[in-house]
Amino acid sequence: MRIPRPIVSAILVLSLAACGSDARPAGDSGDIKVGILHSLSGTMAISEVTVRDAELLAIEEINKAGGVLGKQLVPVVEDGASDWPTFAEKATKLIRQDKVATVFGGWTSASRKAMLPVFERYKALLWYPVQYEGLESSPYIFYTGATTNQQIIPGLDYLKEQGKKRLFLVGSDYVFPRTANKIIKAYAAANGMEILGEEYTPLGHTEYSTLVNKVTQARPDAVFNTLNGDSNVAFFKALKSTGATAESMPVLSVSIAEEEVTGIGVDNVVGQPVAWNYYQTTDTSANKAFVKAYKARYGQDKVTSDPMEAGYNAVYLWAEAVKKAGTTEVEAVRKAAGGIALERPEGLVTIDGESQHLYKTARIGIVQPDGLIKQVWDSGEPIKPDPYLKGYPWAAGLAGQ
Amino acid sequence: MSAFANQLPIGLSIGAVLLLIALGLTFTFGQMGVINMAHGEFIMAGAYTAFLLGDLVPALPAAFLVAGTMGLILERAAIRHFYGRPLDTLLLTWGVSLVLQQLARDLFGAPNVQVPAPAWLSGGVGILPYNRLFIMGLAVAGVVAVWAYLTRTRLGRRTQAVVQNRRLAATSGIDTGRVDMLTFFVGSGLAGVAGVALTLIGPVGPALGTYYIVDAFLVVVAGGLGQLRGAVLAAAGLGLLNSYAEFWSDASLAKVIVLAAVIAFLQVRPQGMFVLRSRALT
Repeated sequence: MRIPRPIVSAILVLSLAACGSDARPAGDSGDIKVGILHSLSGTMAISEVTVRDAELLAIEEINKAGGVLGKQLVPVVEDGASDWPTFAEKATKLIRQDKVATVFGGWTSASRKAMLPVFERYKALLWYPVQYEGLESSPYIFYTGATTNQQIIPGLDYLKEQGKKRLFLVGSDYVFPRTANKIIKAYAAANGMEILGEEYTPLGHTEYSTLVNKVTQARPDAVFNTLNGDSNVAFFKALKSTGATAESMPVLSVSIAEEEVTGIGVDNVVGQPVAWNYYQTTDTSANKAFVKAYKARYGQDKVTSDPMEAGYNAVYLWAEAVKKAGTTEVEAVRKAAGGIALERPEGLVTIDGESQHLYKTARIGIVQPDGLIKQVWDSGEPIKPDPYLKGYPWAAGLAGQ
Repeated sequence: MSAFANQLPIGLSIGAVLLLIALGLTFTFGQMGVINMAHGEFIMAGAYTAFLLGDLVPALPAAFLVAGTMGLILERAAIRHFYGRPLDTLLLTWGVSLVLQQLARDLFGAPNVQVPAPAWLSGGVGILPYNRLFIMGLAVAGVVAVWAYLTRTRLGRRTQAVVQNRRLAATSGIDTGRVDMLTFFVGSGLAGVAGVALTLIGPVGPALGTYYIVDAFLVVVAGGLGQLRGAVLAAAGLGLLNSYAEFWSDASLAKVIVLAAVIAFLQVRPQGMFVLRSRALT
């Protein structure tokens, strides 16, 4: 049968597109393979490439120090391509074909939700390094970023302390911003705050003049921003061009770290508050070493950020759990992980065995003219992770949704 | 001014952005019928030219040359072998667009870069900031230049002759290959200029082109192929529709409404539709 030419071209183009991975050949039996699965292309690449770099740095450091159980770690890097089904597909490939001991990966909640059934089905381990909307606790995922009571609720506490009682919610249209905003609305109702508007835009949206018009007309005390990826650039440029400043329109962001500030343009976000658990300026000796090693490895002009640090930590925490368990076998590692406490760049983190989240210190920072973030508030001690917000009476009923 | 009234200038300014990104396509797609999926990456090349030069004004002609040259190379090296085969061209240029995105990622890194906006563009009149007014001005200037080129210059008239009847133009002594080449150069160059303007409002990264390519095609298709007047009206109409649809609903729904409106419109007036054209050719 003669195949029509367009179909031949289509197959050629598609197969070319599929050749993006750089899986390495299997090492000898003395190695441990670990998977790294982030978006190296597409709209999320801006953020996820740096997390991959931090994870690779941790692997190099651990290997230099003798490896884990006397074996070297061999990373197998895959590209999730900012496409959620691709994440599930590549996760399956890492588990089934490469037989990796664990996977470090994901950024958006949509990618995590896509991978979750894969990891549960094959009883494999995923280390997810980004703050997220909570209301989840899979036995096969370790969450090394913040859950809501370690980032969003402290962020709201901070706004309340500052007397910002009328909020406008702006977010990307997917699971994290929508769930985060449900929590924010419940918090606002319980704390006498008012929500003036709630707007979502598709991922990758770049036209923000209408939305900024809506925000300006509503005159909120502050904007709570859960936009993700490139959209932040267009949003802050549009806001700035109306003449708004951090004083006249504070925008608290939970997805903008040091790395994003450069791309948005410092001028457009200077003075704005952000909520995280770690900044490049966080004052610990472990952080000085991390920042130094990262810059030495990837360039002096590079910055470190919260998700990078959480990815970097994930590798160390997993390695520690493997050492404690004496094997890379998943169930043994899971059991050994609970209670592990390490001094990390953000300070002391402890794995909560029950929820598989970390005890983390919450920090609010202000974007400085040099592009770094200066801490202005912290929670004083690591906060126990509470992904289902059981400790907050006003959040009752959210978990069921 | 009320929020409702504000949406009028906002809609026109969205329309200006649409017009600017579609202007180059009125050449390569509208005049020549080439479905160039890499058009968005020429926009991106223009934006990165502005980043490299660090200044907006000199970047405008520079981006025209950079993107135009890239278009010229693409046309000479590949597209000219595919004339009259729209589906193959579509796949070819889509592949080229992926390659160019990855190239940008390798050259400039995956994170976005920043192009500082000139100080004289900060501030604004009423709801419209100067940077949006600048884009509106640039769009108007672009339309006038394109119109003058097509109707007032020898090359432009030759372009039109080739588009209307390639064989007759050839027998009249016009070097059609040369005309194709130049038309593609101008169309791609205009994409570069649009890219420079976009650095004022959006992210500058490897994926930049993908955010605008669909809108650009939408304008050209809705306006009618090769119709400069059509592109202007379609851009303004879609801009206003987008602005008010988003005002009354939200950004996601506005996108759906705009797409649905264009589809409905093409049911009534399918003249510009690509499907008809490709059927005629295959």
